[in-house]
Amino acid sequence: MTIAVRTLDDGAWISVNDSRQVSVSDVWTLSHGTFCGCEPAYVLLEGFFGVDVSGSIVVADTVGRCLDCGTQDSIDRLPVGRIVDGEFKPYGPEGVQSIVEPTSRTRRE
Amino acid sequence: MASDVEQWKDELYGTDIRAEIERFAEEGWEAIPDDEHDAWFERFKWYGLYHQRAGQESYFMMRIGPPGGVLEPGQFREIVEIADDFSRGPAENPVFGNGWIDVTTRQAIQLHWIRLEDVPEIFERLESVGLSTVQACGDSWRNIVGCPVAGKDKHEHVDADALATELHDTFKKNEAHSNLPRKWKVSVTGCDEGCGQGDINDLAFEPAEKEVDGETVTGYNVRVGGGLSRNEPRFARDIDVFATPEQAVDVAGGISALFRDNGDRENRYNARIKFLMDEWGPEKFRETLQEEYVDFELHAAGEDLRESYSYNAGEADGKHDHVGVHEQPDGNYYVGLNVLVGRIGVDEAYDLADAADEHGSGEVRLTQRQNIVFTDVPEESVDDLRSQDVLEHYSPDPHPFQRGSIACTGTEFCSLSIVETKNRQVRYARWLTNNVELPEGVENFHVHLSGCTASCAQPQIADVSLRGMKTRKDGEPVEALDIGLGGGLGEEPQFASWIAERVPADEVPGAIANLLENFEEARDSETQSFREFVGERDDEELADLIEPEETDYDDPFMHNTKRTWYPYAEDDDLNESPAPAKADGTPIPSDD
Repeated sequence: MTIAVRTLDDGAWISVNDSRQVSVSDVWTLSHGTFCGCEPAYVLLEGFFGVDVSGSIVVADTVGRCLDCGTQDSIDRLPVGRIVDGEFKPYGPEGVQSIVEPTSRTRRE
Repeated sequence: MASDVEQWKDELYGTDIRAEIERFAEEGWEAIPDDEHDAWFERFKWYGLYHQRAGQESYFMMRIGPPGGVLEPGQFREIVEIADDFSRGPAENPVFGNGWIDVTTRQAIQLHWIRLEDVPEIFERLESVGLSTVQACGDSWRNIVGCPVAGKDKHEHVDADALATELHDTFKKNEAHSNLPRKWKVSVTGCDEGCGQGDINDLAFEPAEKEVDGETVTGYNVRVGGGLSRNEPRFARDIDVFATPEQAVDVAGGISALFRDNGDRENRYNARIKFLMDEWGPEKFRETLQEEYVDFELHAAGEDLRESYSYNAGEADGKHDHVGVHEQPDGNYYVGLNVLVGRIGVDEAYDLADAADEHGSGEVRLTQRQNIVFTDVPEESVDDLRSQDVLEHYSPDPHPFQRGSIACTGTEFCSLSIVETKNRQVRYARWLTNNVELPEGVENFHVHLSGCTASCAQPQIADVSLRGMKTRKDGEPVEALDIGLGGGLGEEPQFASWIAERVPADEVPGAIANLLENFEEARDSETQSFREFVGERDDEELADLIEPEETDYDDPFMHNTKRTWYPYAEDDDLNESPAPAKADGTPIPSDD
């Protein structure tokens, strides 16, 4: 089954199959070393600029800022959810995330 | 690879969208195929319709863009009646009720909670009075901004309204310019106070004089590539071109076509013309324009009037906005009224329409500081106008904290925003007015609150710049703001430096109060402006002057307002959203 993923509205959303699924402005918890020196790092996502499907995982390229140390940087391939039986199941921003290694460069807008 | 948006635009864009909107309106919201939502909502923007954020599905924001912000007699009232009839949501806003109009920083009006099924009737009613939503959003010529008192102001050098209207008439529904790589923001300034804010636009026409064939000609210098968004602010750059009023439309068309052909269509985040200007520089830009896009010899830039620019400039003499009573060249007066954060409730909007009709010509003009202006008020009617009850709130003589406040839409409706903005800025302005005495001589003090880096409230050009953020307080994520200082337009425009970051939103009023107290104590003299004071200090020194602290200011929006379907609803959980809904407001059950 083809999964349509894209960013929308100036990077405000990740859309999966024409449904707005992941929003900017949530605070994501990232594990040590994936973003800055904080453990864990609480990172506000400010905008998405790419999205891809890596196996069953939906990964997003995004810009974020650590709420504790203030580091602002881009994050490549942040896992934001997975596809199960054709349905998107979002990961909660509260769960500790690590970054998946790229397996494909078929990044979509 | 072309983006999805470019593919959708290739398939169908521009005026062809209208028939599809009408079809969907006839058949109802549910007629839009689920797997085509993204494409259609992107296209609807071209007709000024922007799908509201998650939790508000099937409701739209509608933007109406009068060039130069000029609403002719009857137009303002029609918009108010449309808002009264169609712009009502399923829950009330605690400050503004239910039913209002928003004046924007690009001299447009936005209505919310619009149902697709009602759009054809709204379009007809707008068109019946000469208004339109065409290209108010989307990848094309947006509303053309300019001096809102063009033709009525003693500071006028060249008639900005004539050019703004000509550009509007030429480039709206113009197939050759309908599909640009990205939004296209154009400004026309005609006065010596700089109220068109050309520096922050993609294309700016600014008043200038030039010797042409031995005669002094009044026209425009041209700047290109300004904009505030995405943490990449740029001031428009001088491309060394002077355009006579007769040439201006051709020059604009040439630059728009240059952008159409050379802007980045593969990466929307690199598509605005400011990035092309970064890459090319003004010299190559001018050469390409001359060689490929105009068929006459471009004049070199003329003598400009930037030295006297005072609008939003912080320290210059002259007007910083259009609020107040000002004599027109014909002996009548224009009266600028303060609209706190740009929002006018429907009932008061009727009263304002009545007042404009009874005491002026009925024109209502919109400014880039989210205010309104009545024109053509005879001298003998000024006092009568000022005595109207509605002018107590929409005042020509507001407190500087009220007068200086600007706020974007925020998480109430906007997908990008990180924090609540309009209600918060109202609370800030009221608290500051009641609790903080401005230092001697400070008559203008601009505080701009933008919910995110898109910068719709133009935060980087204020005395105090506020930008949506989050922080952790007592272990919990809360809404916060970055605080910037030092921004302003004028002869030497400057963007704010972000001095204090991630300040909890409930500590910001205390921070502003302490900053002003520290300014009063430390400034050289009572004549030193806040902008001068900031300009003399580095970021570290300034950071010491901002001392965020809790006060008796109460902020009811510290939680994650984006995680609600509507931040002010009694039961605001996303799962309690009544959207999407049928035309009559009945919720449409989900398939789950």
